[in-house]
Amino acid sequence: MHMFSREKNFYGGHGIVAAQVPIGTGLGFSHKYKDDKGVCMTYFGDGAANQGQVYESFNMASLWKLPVVYVIENNRYGMGTSVARASSTQELYARGEGFGIPGERVDGMDVLAVKEAAARALEHARSGKGPYILGVLTYRYRGHSMSDPAKYRTREEVAQIRAEQDPIDRVRNLMIENGFATEDELKKVDGDVKKIVAEAADYSQQSPEPDMSELYTDILVES
Amino acid sequence: MATQILMPALSPTMTEGTIARWLKKEGDAVSSGDLLAEIETDKATMELEAVDEGVLGKIIMAEGSEGVAVNTPIAVMLEDGEDASAADAVETSAPQQSAEPEPAAEPAQAAAPAAAPQPSANAPEPEYSGSTTTMTVREALRDAMAEEMRTDDMIFLMGEEVAEYQGAYKVSQGLLEEFGAKRVIDTPITEHGFTGVSVGAAFGGLKPIVEFMTFNFAMQAMDHLINSAAKTLYMSGGQMGCPVVFRGPNGAAAGVAAQHSQCFASWYAHVPGLRVLSPYSGEDAKGLLKSAIRDPNPVVFLEHEIMYGRSFEVPDDPDFTVPIGKAKVEREGTDVTITAFSIMVGVALEAAEKLAEEGISAEVINLRSLRPLDTETIANSIKKTNRCVSVEEGWPVAGMGSEIAAITMEHAFDYLDAPVTRVCGEDVPMPYAKNLEAAALPNVDKVVAAVKSVCYV
Repeated sequence: MHMFSREKNFYGGHGIVAAQVPIGTGLGFSHKYKDDKGVCMTYFGDGAANQGQVYESFNMASLWKLPVVYVIENNRYGMGTSVARASSTQELYARGEGFGIPGERVDGMDVLAVKEAAARALEHARSGKGPYILGVLTYRYRGHSMSDPAKYRTREEVAQIRAEQDPIDRVRNLMIENGFATEDELKKVDGDVKKIVAEAADYSQQSPEPDMSELYTDILVES
Repeated sequence: MATQILMPALSPTMTEGTIARWLKKEGDAVSSGDLLAEIETDKATMELEAVDEGVLGKIIMAEGSEGVAVNTPIAVMLEDGEDASAADAVETSAPQQSAEPEPAAEPAQAAAPAAAPQPSANAPEPEYSGSTTTMTVREALRDAMAEEMRTDDMIFLMGEEVAEYQGAYKVSQGLLEEFGAKRVIDTPITEHGFTGVSVGAAFGGLKPIVEFMTFNFAMQAMDHLINSAAKTLYMSGGQMGCPVVFRGPNGAAAGVAAQHSQCFASWYAHVPGLRVLSPYSGEDAKGLLKSAIRDPNPVVFLEHEIMYGRSFEVPDDPDFTVPIGKAKVEREGTDVTITAFSIMVGVALEAAEKLAEEGISAEVINLRSLRPLDTETIANSIKKTNRCVSVEEGWPVAGMGSEIAAITMEHAFDYLDAPVTRVCGEDVPMPYAKNLEAAALPNVDKVVAAVKSVCYV
């Protein structure tokens, strides 16, 4: 969870649900402050969408017209609790209305729809108009964690969505039907991707554990 | 009816002031909100507004009067139609210009050790002699809640995944089925909000049990835990008690890194107005949780995820409770006292076994209550063994070990043959790498080494 990369402008996976929302808002603040045309994409789930700090962030982002795009990944379940059981209103893209933040609902299982919506959101934020919300409807096939018994939904539901709405399958079909690629070419892509993943996993597993001295590094910035 | 205008307290610390300027003269009509005077304090000059309408009948404290104590009458307001004689008729105490300000409140009592009343430690805890069942700690916790909920309709459980999911760690398994959705409630992921809600419910006469998926997530609810739950009885002069139990796993699980592994024992133990408990065994879990639920005060109940699956003999009697404020001597010994709580009690017991092989007899105390701390049991043990090692998962600075060291000095200084030594988690955020995580936590070897150091062997 806790991956960070300054180089890639990736400011981390944070462990406390919704804590990343004010942080992302703060990154937006720094972009506006420095006038560097940067935008912060801040992702959170349907479970996080009820946290108070989200609304404190929305208020400030809107008040100060911060360049932040809030991407709500609504996969219908916050761990074992469905959106219906946790949220008084389910149109999460509209949660910014009280703060004057425009939002739109996006089919998260459609790559092109997501691309277009993201372009709109980024344009809005970059042009100085302030934050934008994308309420992206998607799904989670596996459990929340390894120890999730997943009794809160049926196998049929999972299977159906996998069969009918899988975003990667949809792209594959689109490309083949429109002659953008052949089955073989796509098979090769699959193969390449598998290779990258396998190499990454291997690298992780073969890497030695950190030296004991690392226990005490990076607690404070030394001056 | 004529009324007096008193010298107002324009700030919580103001005791006296100067009437810098009157903005109205005797006989002037006054409307609500009109400025009457400028009052100077050592901090600033402030304006005094009229609250009611009327006529300024008499100025008692003239412009320039200095050292006018708060609540001294400075003028008399007449109602419409009253004449000046009514002003004279108003009871006026002799105008006060204080020579000295009100004496400041008695300085706080010189810090005394743990002020919370201690249950008598003279009577040894009665041994339970009834029937027991082997069960896991999670089952013991569940049974404690179920048994109490059966006796009192006002008790309910709220938290994330406690109902339909059967508990994130399966502690509340079966409770929804038995007690229904009104009394076993799945909350949204909004700790700050639902903790506040639980306090309000408690003020309203209910008895909430709030489950935090871990105490790491309770940090965002700290304001309500401390400012709302712990302090309101005091602030309300005893009117608004908060009988809430805040429970959940505390400390390090395995491989969950810095934001999910903190031990909050010393943070909560610090706060007057809370009870803070931490069970080790199944018997502790059941007995302490029942006591916590029955206690009319806010209780922070620090469980441990890794202990949930461990099995112990647990008393069956639904009236079996473990008293708050009483530590348990888990193992008797003569050479050193090892204090610990929660999962570290197990580590201490293992260390004691190892030490016994080397001829060192260790007494292990399971603290069970962190606030109030059972100072008497700890001190009596140290008076016997003359040495103390405290063990905790949390960080060393201002941790529970610091408190143990302090009370040992206060109550058993003359009996110590060595300084109190603390075995704590390393003073670093919990690392993710497995080897570093293991190095960051106390273990049997570290405890054994600490004991040997205080034994000078």
